[in-house]
Amino acid sequence: MTYTTPIATGHEGSVRDQFRAYLQRLRGGEMGALPAMLALVVLGILFSSLSPYFLTTGNLANLFVQASALMVIAFALVFVLLLAEIDLSAGVTGGSGMAVFQVLNGNLGWNWIVSLILALGMGAFIGAFIGFFVSRIGVPSFVVTLGLFIALQGFMLLLLGDGGIFRLVQPELKSIMNNNMPIWAGWVMLAIAVFGSLSLSLADRRRRTKVGLPTRPFIMLLLKVGTIAVIGAVIVGLLSVNRGQGLLAVEGVPIVIPIVLLILVVGTFVLDRTLFGRYIYAVGGNPEAARRAGIKVAQIRLYAFIICSSLAVVSGLLQASRIGSIESTAGREIVLSGVAAAVVGGVSLFGGRGRLAYAAIGALVIAMIDNGLGLIGFPAAATFLITGGVLVAAATVDALSRRRSGVALT
Amino acid sequence: MGTTLVELSNVTKSFGPVDVLKGVNFKVEEGKVTALVGDNGAGKSTLIKGLSGVQPYDGGTVSFAGQEVSLRTPRQASSLGIEVVYQDLALCENLDIVQNMFLGREEKHLTLLDEASMEFAAQKALQSLSVRTVKSVRQKVSSLSGGQRQTVAIARSVLRNAKLVILDEPTAALGVAQTEQVLNLVRRLADNGIAVVIISHNLADVFEVADRISVLYLGQMVAHVDAKKTTRDEVVAYITGSKTPEGVA
Repeated sequence: MTYTTPIATGHEGSVRDQFRAYLQRLRGGEMGALPAMLALVVLGILFSSLSPYFLTTGNLANLFVQASALMVIAFALVFVLLLAEIDLSAGVTGGSGMAVFQVLNGNLGWNWIVSLILALGMGAFIGAFIGFFVSRIGVPSFVVTLGLFIALQGFMLLLLGDGGIFRLVQPELKSIMNNNMPIWAGWVMLAIAVFGSLSLSLADRRRRTKVGLPTRPFIMLLLKVGTIAVIGAVIVGLLSVNRGQGLLAVEGVPIVIPIVLLILVVGTFVLDRTLFGRYIYAVGGNPEAARRAGIKVAQIRLYAFIICSSLAVVSGLLQASRIGSIESTAGREIVLSGVAAAVVGGVSLFGGRGRLAYAAIGALVIAMIDNGLGLIGFPAAATFLITGGVLVAAATVDALSRRRSGVALT
Repeated sequence: MGTTLVELSNVTKSFGPVDVLKGVNFKVEEGKVTALVGDNGAGKSTLIKGLSGVQPYDGGTVSFAGQEVSLRTPRQASSLGIEVVYQDLALCENLDIVQNMFLGREEKHLTLLDEASMEFAAQKALQSLSVRTVKSVRQKVSSLSGGQRQTVAIARSVLRNAKLVILDEPTAALGVAQTEQVLNLVRRLADNGIAVVIISHNLADVFEVADRISVLYLGQMVAHVDAKKTTRDEVVAYITGSKTPEGVA
């Protein structure tokens, strides 16, 4: 048996080789969240030059909080978008979960934690319902979830009554979107993030060395962790400054941020490092190939919908916390913004390509457009027009890059 | 003469009133490439689907390494070491080579995916087949050419320690240079001691790579000949039915 020189693994070579390989991938159409990140920078420069308030710490905190509910619903949708499915009912699923919470906690006086868990259970049930129709019966998810989008609005009216609006009284839940952590907690959060990222990278590196594979230059690992540390420190630092305008000090990282980060990190871990995550990508890429490889495609689809609907309830909670009330009309608009956020961030509508982090960046873009145009004093009409335009542009980039990577065929 | 790995005797299969396989005998040897040829509708696909457990035979016996076995499910077939490389490849374009080669049989380390071990094993498998056309094992399949994809699909069966690899029209969609690469790969597969069955319409390919040629005609095995002792015209005659079997049951 003749052994030729080993086939490369993509980890060889200097930093320069790595950079060149990255540029090649970009040209090949694997752009990921790069367009969205550029949009973020351009929008940031544009708005800060047009409005003196845009770059204030108060607005920064506001932007993150505004984006957080959108981010979570976009995370939820990523799980089904990766399968080339859609969940149009995710928004009202969140609303329905909170309606269940209101009935249990508000009307029946059950413990709020128990009620919240049951609200999440409601989400999981809705997800299982969608998953059953999509994966076992074969109804297109577009139709099933459109039906649920309508039906769940009726369900909310049924539970909360016509025009029902109830105040969210539980202080713990209200403070998620409206209060901040103590300043030290923000720094602890950053330290955990940096330490976690560093030790995970080192563990991966050790494993590769042990098996006998080449590793990337160590400086790249430091660069990656360093970037997280620096950007994180800037943000936590800015949020630690008192941004209150009155006598009361407003400072610290909003409580919602670690919650969103946790969902992002755990979700990414599941998608990247577990069998389930791998199978989601496989089913999204080529369901027939996945089936022949012995993957239980229907089961993967079912679980993805359950995760999506459960996370949608978390998003519903964040929305309720922000406005301080549970409403029978909640969640009708946010789902489309959530799809927009994911697609703008670089998650493919055709399935198989995308990450939670992309959706997070996309959600920041959408929230920034909303926030910035509001500050400049543009009418709501402009916000809608521009957001819509950005979405179509993003979907076009998606379709074009898909076509480019398909050129290599034959 | 290699040792016989798989022997089908008198297998039958019918779909309703149509008898697709009418008592077929078929033999595959270790370390040899056996070409299965025949016109459209001769029963090639049905014969292969039976071997891979996708569509079990109605009657007859299958013996594997001297033992009579039952092939009722794809899982039974793959646990025996029978792997099929389909014409339409069954790869996920959005995944890279390593991920595709291990799809459905991922290695794990502390319940998580063991990327390092899989990457290493994929590298070794491709090396053992002297594959030089692939740049990086972490390339996405979407960036590969047809020949490279076929290479990945074949290498996947090596990784799974296949004893019998069945290739369904592996060169159908390929250009001249890529066909050459894939045929070389098929040859090396056999040289590694694996029994290979190749289905092809292209007799030039068949004569280039095969040791034995088996011809199906309307659900019957009409010839099982040594590739070196036959001619193209004779094989064509068997395929079209203008030459009838001499005592081949």
